[in-house]
Amino acid sequence: MSHIENTETHNQSLISRLQSFIKNGNGNIVRLLTAVIVIFTLLSMARPETFLTIRNMQSMAFQASEIGILTIAIMVTMLSGGIDLAIVSTASLSGIIAGMILTSMVPPESSAGTVALGLVLAILAALIIGVVCGAFSGYLVAVWEMPAILATLGTSLLYKGLGTAITGGVTVFGITESQFIGNGEVLGIPFPLILLLIVSIITGIILSRTRFGINLYMLGTNPTAARFSGIDNRRVLIYSYIISGVLSAIAGIIILGRTNAMNVDFGASYVLLAILIAVLGDVDPYGGSGNVIGVLLALVAMQFLSTGFNMLLYKSSGANFFKEFAWGALLIIVLIVNHFSDKRRTMRIS
Amino acid sequence: MTEELLQVNNISKNFAGVQALEGVSFTISRGEIRCLVGENGSGKSTLIKIIAGVYQPSKGEIAFHGKLQGNIRPRNALDAGIQVIYQDFSLFPNLTAAENIALNYQLSRNKKFVNWREVHAIAAEAIKLIEVDLDLDAIVGEMSVADKQLIAISRALLQNAQLIIMDEPTTALTQREIEALFYVIRNLKEKGISILFVSHKLSEVQEIADNIMILRNGIKVADGVSDEFDLAKLAYFMTGREITESSFVYDPAGKSPISILTVKNLTLPGRFFNISFDLKQGEILGIAGLLGSGRTDLALALFGIKPAKSGEVSIEGQQVHIRNIQDAMRFKIGYVPEDRLTEGLFLKQSIGRNTIIRILDRAIGWLGLISPKKFKEQIAIWVKRLRIKTNDPGLPVASLSGGNQQRVVLGKWLASNPKVLILNGPTVGVDIGSKMELHELIKELARKGLGTLILSDDLPELMHTCNRILLMRNGRIVEEFTTGDITEQELNQKITESIA
Repeated sequence: MSHIENTETHNQSLISRLQSFIKNGNGNIVRLLTAVIVIFTLLSMARPETFLTIRNMQSMAFQASEIGILTIAIMVTMLSGGIDLAIVSTASLSGIIAGMILTSMVPPESSAGTVALGLVLAILAALIIGVVCGAFSGYLVAVWEMPAILATLGTSLLYKGLGTAITGGVTVFGITESQFIGNGEVLGIPFPLILLLIVSIITGIILSRTRFGINLYMLGTNPTAARFSGIDNRRVLIYSYIISGVLSAIAGIIILGRTNAMNVDFGASYVLLAILIAVLGDVDPYGGSGNVIGVLLALVAMQFLSTGFNMLLYKSSGANFFKEFAWGALLIIVLIVNHFSDKRRTMRIS
Repeated sequence: MTEELLQVNNISKNFAGVQALEGVSFTISRGEIRCLVGENGSGKSTLIKIIAGVYQPSKGEIAFHGKLQGNIRPRNALDAGIQVIYQDFSLFPNLTAAENIALNYQLSRNKKFVNWREVHAIAAEAIKLIEVDLDLDAIVGEMSVADKQLIAISRALLQNAQLIIMDEPTTALTQREIEALFYVIRNLKEKGISILFVSHKLSEVQEIADNIMILRNGIKVADGVSDEFDLAKLAYFMTGREITESSFVYDPAGKSPISILTVKNLTLPGRFFNISFDLKQGEILGIAGLLGSGRTDLALALFGIKPAKSGEVSIEGQQVHIRNIQDAMRFKIGYVPEDRLTEGLFLKQSIGRNTIIRILDRAIGWLGLISPKKFKEQIAIWVKRLRIKTNDPGLPVASLSGGNQQRVVLGKWLASNPKVLILNGPTVGVDIGSKMELHELIKELARKGLGTLILSDDLPELMHTCNRILLMRNGRIVEEFTTGDITEQELNQKITESIA
């Protein structure tokens, strides 16, 4: 008897815990997870021979990782109520510098020691570029109080211009040994995916388990109240752009490794794609809410959709056009759905 | 036969979990002077804004001239002859009196060009209607509050007003000006114009009203002919209790004799000048004064938001320099801002996060990261200590009522162990029950040694919670009272007397 009662109360508490989980603003996660499962099931049924293969899963993981890291980068700044449009130009500038260091320091057939030193220096330099690029954007937003969208549009063009000036517009190459970062596998798991997971976990911890993270959410919700609560808004803002810069640089290194080449025009459409995934992952474009799990789920959903479109429409010439059309339509639909389903919206008092 | 100009039927309105109005009904007939009475936060302003079409009611109906209205837009209310004169009058301070009175009228007749000679003539006509004398060529920004009010009334009349709603019209008027205003109002009544007079000053209401209705916590609790009410009855309906709140007595026993906060000659040019006072441990010091008296600027200076330019501030006898909020926090000064929704709360964040945002370092555990367990413990401690009514502190703070929201804001600062707490309008928009509880909480904290400054428009609040009151006017402290030595009426008179 008592045993049965126990299981019942246990079940009840699970359900009520789930309800409370959803009520406390996590309904989006449940929604996204459902979407991912539905898309996965549909594609598996429609194209089991091409979709449900290890090769396809791996190839999707390679594609999704760099855009995933860029999306997490832009998400961090969106949480503050801002945005970092310079993610891609920061990534390419970092990649360019890393590539130049590698090609000049590590000539073909160098010793293992030179290769290792070159790699360490190149990665370090790329990360420093990321910090500097992010800090400058953050400085403009925090200290000069520029609208983030304009400030980072400016820095984005500035960094791209710098990249052009440094390279003279010519593509920079990597070295054979750096390709592992973009193309390698560990136990069949693509290395970029491992990097994405590490970045996700660390960013997740920073956002939910540090004072900076919680202050960032508060600042994004209401900057005035944040100030009146003694939060140093400027510092929090600058840090968020620095994080964005560093993550962009990591994406830059991955891109350099994967394509073994980098130029200033690489991945121009990634900014918009990153915003699309962030919003799809329920990052509030007004700031204050959103998390890494939402972004990852949205990333998976988008990757499934892109792959699915390619598989279903690979014979028609308009496949690419239709993909962009579908992304745009999806973004608008998501925004409309959020507008209606999001009770928080109605709580904003005029 | 009296025609019913305005019928309000069963109106309810709620904002973000706060029920501002619930099932309010009344009518106004031609030439009626109806007074709407209620405390701050009782729903008076919301009701006016609904009639004027600024807010849409959540429930209920409104009829103008016996005709049921659908969604009222401000335009509909104006077309029906309903004019609201808000506390700020919505005048253009850089234009002359004549221009302010007549420009709207010209615009409303769809004229493409302004005929300046006509402007003057129309304005002159309009002020004749209310039988007052005004310099029509004076710049409005330089005129007295009372004159601005007359301009606003004249402007309303020109637009064919049949019902004029006046929101707290006597707040900044002297006794003589109030009488002049009443003369104008009676005049309008004789011309068949109705007035809805909104106020919380009971003696005035009794003098001018034909009918009185009283709102409390968004509910109409009484409605009747003016003669049916005496002052005590009005006060009872307004507050829902016999006034029994005891005043606060400062007990120096066991407290440090050194002032916890001493301010000497503090000045911020253009805002406040030579402010000097001291605050002992366990004292509750009120600061009274009208809008523009400089009291909020003083509070912001002490909290480092708009630092003072000269003068000295000492904490427990040690001179300190407060240049920014971080300094103020280091010296253990807390500030509960005036506007809870925009300055105090993170509406869509959880109750828990809102409460302990100042003390996140107490939840730090392993590896310098926030421990979810300690985080929850801190939240539980403060939700309990502040008696915040919620089943789940994970819910957004917007889901709480006004009184509970105010507890969260208060708690945010109390949690960080301040020595001096500055409360700016601590119970604005809070229902009566919570208000008394908040007052008790503030007194309890003072007895434990907290030095408290309260800035408030709510004179009963100052009278009940403070042991001393400073009166500020034009950026200066002009008088100091011990609360036992003065009545509320005297204080009110002192506050308004020298504005001319």
